[in-house]
Amino acid sequence: MKPILQIENLQTHFFTKAGVVKAVDGVSFDINAGEVVGLVGESGSGKSITGFSVMGLVDAPGKIVGGRIMFQGEDIAAMSPQQLQSLRGNRISMIFQDPMMTLNPVLRVETQMVEAIKAHDSMISKSEARARARDALGLVGISAPEERMRAYPHQFSGGMRQRVSIAIAMLNRPDLIIADEPTTALDVTIQGQVIHEMQRLCEVTKTALLWITHDLAVVAGIADRICVMYAGRVVEQGPIASTISQPLHPYTRGLMGSVPSQNRRGQPLQQIDGMVPSLLNLPSGCAFQNRCAMVSDKCLSEIPEPIDVGEQRLVRCVNVGQEPAS
Amino acid sequence: MKPILTVSNLSKDFTKPLDLIAKLLNKVGQDNKEEVVHAVDDVSFAVQRGEIVGIVGESGCGKSTLGRMVAGILSPTSGSVEFDAEQTKASDLPQALQTQMIFQDPFSSLNPRKRVIDIITEAPIFHGLIARKQKNEFAAEMLQRVGLDSDTLQRYPHQFSGGQRQRIGIARALAVSPELLVCDESIAALDVSIQAQIINLFVRLRDEFTLTYLFISHDIGVIEHISDRVIVMYLGRIVETAPISSFLQTPNHPYTKALLAGVPRLEVGKREYEPVSGEIPSPLDPPTGCHFHPRCPFASERCQREAPLLRELSAGHFSACHLNDEAQP
Repeated sequence: MKPILQIENLQTHFFTKAGVVKAVDGVSFDINAGEVVGLVGESGSGKSITGFSVMGLVDAPGKIVGGRIMFQGEDIAAMSPQQLQSLRGNRISMIFQDPMMTLNPVLRVETQMVEAIKAHDSMISKSEARARARDALGLVGISAPEERMRAYPHQFSGGMRQRVSIAIAMLNRPDLIIADEPTTALDVTIQGQVIHEMQRLCEVTKTALLWITHDLAVVAGIADRICVMYAGRVVEQGPIASTISQPLHPYTRGLMGSVPSQNRRGQPLQQIDGMVPSLLNLPSGCAFQNRCAMVSDKCLSEIPEPIDVGEQRLVRCVNVGQEPAS
Repeated sequence: MKPILTVSNLSKDFTKPLDLIAKLLNKVGQDNKEEVVHAVDDVSFAVQRGEIVGIVGESGCGKSTLGRMVAGILSPTSGSVEFDAEQTKASDLPQALQTQMIFQDPFSSLNPRKRVIDIITEAPIFHGLIARKQKNEFAAEMLQRVGLDSDTLQRYPHQFSGGQRQRIGIARALAVSPELLVCDESIAALDVSIQAQIINLFVRLRDEFTLTYLFISHDIGVIEHISDRVIVMYLGRIVETAPISSFLQTPNHPYTKALLAGVPRLEVGKREYEPVSGEIPSPLDPPTGCHFHPRCPFASERCQREAPLLRELSAGHFSACHLNDEAQP
């Protein structure tokens, strides 16, 4: 089966006055149809910019300077703005962290949803579009959608607003949804509800999902595969179960150790010392060198290439494969 | 042993005063009522010296209001916060110095126009805890305690990263040698790997200076890791309080169970979420009886009518749920 999205060596750089910020520098991964891929990283790791690049939403001074983004056989990076327009919200859609920012506060939910349908299907009648919008709201678990779609965004609670934006993202039955921190702003019980709806919808519609988040535990619960980003590069990717149970890159290991867990209560967390280096001024060699316990001379001089360690796992670390994984 | 902090029947109401038009309409016979939010509703608990008490709850449950009242930033509508300071400390110092607060946002909680040295030493100099000429070494020592380099003293807050700023906030709080630290979502704004650093710092500081923490967070994973005892709040009330072991092993209240079930966990792996239905009700118009009954799968007619009281199930484990009455008549 051919992947629905293939990102090959994507490079998105920002040309600022202070210098070139390599926000995304050589990212490659695939998403198959109906698959949930978790893209995990800390702030400044480039995970959101990767998502924006796929959507063609990178604004100046940012620019995709290299690589290909193949979506169903077409290169998104080379598309004209018109082509992108017909793709966005139609075959690929996006869900953002803060639904208050993505919904228009002065339009009724209904107006916004009908607009999104008509933008991609000018032949559809208004009543048909309304019916589709209503069904979409019902699908994400909003009760009494007929009345609720007459409401304005501020009349919804945070969790409900996020459901509305999920409904809008699903309107045109996209093949791929990019969700950028969709549950970060929500409370635990509401987060559970939203994840539950997303899981169910993606299973029913066979929509592929790229779930961008900093929360490793959320990804562990929903993703089929995981990509861990650090300073603009994917340092480790693989199937979720084996990656979580046996992380190979020192950064992934540190990240896992940083998450409080019931099993290790009372013991100090395994922290990663230091902090993320400035993207303006990355060290030569591996970007993780100043925080890594296993650093060697080789790490200082060369940028590690992805190493295939089997079971569809790739790791960017020179130490992997040279010694038994501990 | 006498608890270091005793909170009894503490309540805080926020009232939205009537505007002019509503007042005028009231004059001509309309009956407009002031809107009242019971942010914290009759809350009582005690904290032992050296204990870390975690307060969890979702937005609007009153956990931050409670923390602010304990820290003395807000004055309670009714009830009391009693603090039992160690006798050895100078007793003529204001009580407020014994409790310090560490805030969520390390960007807005530090004055951007002050140097680190002044941020840390302002309070102790004002209260006469240190002399002005000791300023330099004192600030350097404080920075060292929280794991920062002492040659950063002359810098401004914007020259630090989020995690470092949070450390400065902690150093500022420690500068007046408090006994109780109220941490209100103190790590929520930080990245995962930085969170771990700050959590470890909190634990280390407690051991070094016998501090007591009130640790407020919405993140149950963090609360589980750090707390000795957990208080679960829902819409202004305590629904359950328990030592950490029974909180994890035998959670009693349906809300606590729902919360624990909803936490994403690394060790569980891929799974189906089975969330509790419904939303958090508006605190302006909370449900009658037990606040949780519209979302509770076990709700009965009694839950709508009557608010359950906290009842001790086992040593130190209290829960406010009518189901417990039926289980043991």
